[in-house]
This record gives sequence, C-alpha cells and structure tokens, in this order.
Amino acid sequence: MQIYLPIAEVSVNAFLLLGLGGFVGVLSGMFGVGGGFLMTPLLFFIGIPPAVAVATEANQIVASSFSGVLAHLRRKSVDLKMGGVLLIGGLVGAGLGVVLFNYLKSLGQVDLLVRLCYVVFLGVVGALMFVESLNAIRRSKRPATGPVRRNRDRGWVSKLPFKTRFRVSGLYISVIPPIMVGLIVGVLAAIMGVGGGFIMVPAMIYLLGMPTKVVVGTSLFQIIFVTAFTTLLHATTNFTVDVVLAVLLLVGGVIGAQIGTQIGARMKAEQLRILLAGMVLLVCGKLALDLLIQPAELYSIASPGGH
Amino acid sequence: MRVLLFVLLILFPAAAAAQESIVADLSQRRVAITTDFTGSEILIFGAVKRDAPSDDLEPLDVIITVSGPPSPVTVRRKDKIAIIWANRDEVEIDSAPSFYAILSSGPIEDILSETEDLRHKITKEQMIRSVDAGDVPNAASFTDALIRIQRANGAFYADEDAVTFDEQTLFRTTVDLPANLTEGDYRTQIFLVRDGSVVSKFETDIAVQKVGLERFLYNLAHNQPLIYGLMSLAIAIIAGWLASALFSAFRRT
Repeated sequence: MQIYLPIAEVSVNAFLLLGLGGFVGVLSGMFGVGGGFLMTPLLFFIGIPPAVAVATEANQIVASSFSGVLAHLRRKSVDLKMGGVLLIGGLVGAGLGVVLFNYLKSLGQVDLLVRLCYVVFLGVVGALMFVESLNAIRRSKRPATGPVRRNRDRGWVSKLPFKTRFRVSGLYISVIPPIMVGLIVGVLAAIMGVGGGFIMVPAMIYLLGMPTKVVVGTSLFQIIFVTAFTTLLHATTNFTVDVVLAVLLLVGGVIGAQIGTQIGARMKAEQLRILLAGMVLLVCGKLALDLLIQPAELYSIASPGGH
Repeated sequence: MRVLLFVLLILFPAAAAAQESIVADLSQRRVAITTDFTGSEILIFGAVKRDAPSDDLEPLDVIITVSGPPSPVTVRRKDKIAIIWANRDEVEIDSAPSFYAILSSGPIEDILSETEDLRHKITKEQMIRSVDAGDVPNAASFTDALIRIQRANGAFYADEDAVTFDEQTLFRTTVDLPANLTEGDYRTQIFLVRDGSVVSKFETDIAVQKVGLERFLYNLAHNQPLIYGLMSLAIAIIAGWLASALFSAFRRT
C-alpha cells in the first residue's frame, strides 16, 4: 500500500515503513538506544530526503523512547535524578549542536561531517564495548577470580566537587561528569540526527560507573526530552518534520520496543552489550565503506534552501 | 490598404501561412495529491485544424512537453580527498524543472531543427537554464549529471514514438506523472512541426495540488510550525503510551 508523505513529498510503501519501525523498535527496547543511528541511514536508502529523515527520526525516537521508558518505570529501573542531571547538559548541548549544524551547512560539507562523526563515534564506541564485554564474559566463566570490582577508584571523576548521592544507581559522585556527558551527547545528537543512546549508554557504564540495569531506562528517559527539543527546533526552523512518516514509523516502533524490552530483561548484561557492540560496528563498517569506495554516481543534486 | 496587408504579410509570414492550428485538450487539468496518491496518467489529445488542404506540403509531426515547476538546483561532484570520497566541486543551476517529459511522433533530432529548439526551449538541455559554473572546469558534465540523475528517478523522460498521429490530423498520447510529484503548475505545450520548424503551438497548465489531510498538514507545518511541532510530539507521545498500555494489557490476559 503506497502512501504519499506530505512533507517529504514522496510516495512510499506503508508496510515497509511499519516494518522498519518495528525492527528498529526491537533494538531500541533491547539496548536502550533510540535506534536513530540505524533508522536515519535506512530512511536515506528508501528515498526520504535526508533533512526530512533526520528531523522526523527525532520525532519518532520520542515515541519509541516514551513507550520504552514506561516499561522501565514499571520495573523501577530508571534513575530519575541522574536522568534530570544528564538532561540539563543534554538540552544545552542540543542547542549548541543546532548552531554548529547550521554553521557546517553554510560551509556545504555537513553531509561529509555527519558521516565522519558516525564512523568515528560508532567505531570507537563499538570497539571499546566489544572488548569490554568479551573480557566480562571471560571473567564470568572463571568465577574463582576474587570479588567483583565495585566502587573502584575512578581517578579524576571521584575528585570533582558538587558530590550528590544517586540512590537508584547506588553512586555518590559529582554532578559535573553527568552534565558533561549529557552536553556532549546533546551536541552529537543534534548534529547526527540521533538520540545518542549508543554513546550515552557506554559513557554511563564506563565513565560514571552506573549499573547496567538502570542505564537503559535512564538513557531512554533523557533521550525523550532531548529529541523532543530537537524535533521542535527542526519543525520551526527547517519545516522538515513529517508527521505521517513519524506516525507510521512509531506504530511499528512502539510495538517493537515492547518486545525488545521483554527480550532484554531475559538476557545477561554482557550478552546484551556484546550484541549492541556488534550492531554498532556493523553500521560503522557500512558507512566507512561508503566513504572509501568510489561511488557509482559521483554527482548529487540538492535544492539550495529547503529540501 | 492593400499596402498595409502586404506589409503585414511580410512581417508575419507565419500568420499568413497559419492554415494549421491545434485544437487540444487533456483528460484532466487538475491532479489532486491525496494520501494514497500513486502517480497519475493524463491523456493528451487533439486535432490539427486546417483552412486549406496540405497535401502538397511536407508531413507534420507533433511534439508534446510537460514540465514541472522550475527551481534552482545545486549539483555537486565527489572527488577523492586523501582516502575519502567527498563533495568538492559544485555548480549552481539557476532553473531546472522538477519534472520533464518530452513526447513526440518521431525522433526529435530528425523532426526539429536546432534553431527552433533554441527558440522554443523544447529539449531537456534547453530547459536547464544559465549554469553558474564559476571556475569549475567542465561545467557541462554537471548539467549532464542532473539529467542523468533525474532520468534515473523517473522525473525526466523522453519517448520518441509516444504520440500517435493519425491521418496528419488526430493526435493523442499519455503522460505518466510519477508518485513523488511536487506541487505547482505543470506547463503542457504542444508543438506542430513541419520541416524542422514549429508551425503552431498550444499551451495549457496542469495544476498539481495537495488536498485534504495532505494540504492541511503541509500548510500547518509551514504557517504554524510551533503548533505543528507540538502536535507531532503529542501524537508521538500518545501513540507511544497507547501502544505500551495495550501491550501490557494484552500480556496480562
């Protein structure tokens, strides 16, 4: 069933969009990532104009994250205090990111920079997580190697001022690292058109030392507000949010996210992490190849000012 | 009086020789883009109206063009910079139609002379106007690329025997408007060609417009962007909550 999208001005198959939404939704629920880093390139492939894909994706992430966070709230695996602190950084970061994005746009190289950002961040984050999870699995297979390292000294992170207790996470740390993490993720989210979960989840685990169980719910909580803010910025400045496209994606997406949350709850944290790492590395490899291999069509067309 | 008529005849030979004119119509002059819009096929038909028989003249041919609303386009070319393929050179094209179909009763290069093509801007190359190349070498390759990409998208096409022309009088053809159509007036031109030159011309517009929900959303997004943005968020959150509630209710039973 073909459907005409009013803002994107293209006609696409409705079931294809539902399926894409569902597939990405399952991943979103399982890993606590918005799924934007997968969905945005997938939308390019089916012929949605990039500007519309990025803006609409932000809107869709709001919905899939919202249904995901409800499931996590019920299981009490959201650290609302930590989420609020991350959010302060995230909103400031998103604002800065949009300013930076428009500056790069005026230079005419925004496409390349977005792709490079993807390759670099997905590559580094994916590789780090992959190695860490492999080590964790190896450790869990040899149970006699002493107590699990908890509350280990995190060097400079533990020496910062403004310490606060985050009860749900079981942490007593400064608010500066979470704000910085939120800020950096906000900037990247606005530039790359993603929720930023794939960067925030590892940052929360490895930098802040949060337990994996609360990380997913808390990152979803923060992503809702940052992507909602990004959606409004895109809707008011670029007019590129396609609500029909968003609804189709999110109908598939919210159902997928529920299924994904169920799957995630039954899996071990290490398995979850190694799967996410594999996924991230796969997308990274595909994007890197696109940059390195000579494209079949060297030319591209764009209408200046608008889509 | 006779002198005046003589002068007129010299000044406007075409008017004097215009024993042939076009009477034409389209199966529809409005195309409504609805939610389930999957493209449209428009029948273009007509006849040659004659004051005198044309038996001793060269045979006629018909060329029909349909062009979408023109807009400026930037064409960029990727080049290898270090190890990465990235956009480098770019050419601004002042005006290129969003859609262009050229249908005829014979091969264009045989039935139309180049000067007439230039004057009436019939072929695709003539429709793409004023290339601002700056200091980019080989700017023509950018125009070629635009045509190549648009043809691959189905937005540009040419068919040299799409027009059936019966008894040098009745002609008809169909033009396929693709699903990803932009709004605006689609200029439809019918040229009657003899011996390489245009003897008569007929022009009309096909109005392509979004209707209903499509129209409402498009207008809201452009005129009330903040309300539209908030509405999109509200729809997203309600749908997210609804699906979550439905799913957990479904699991409990």
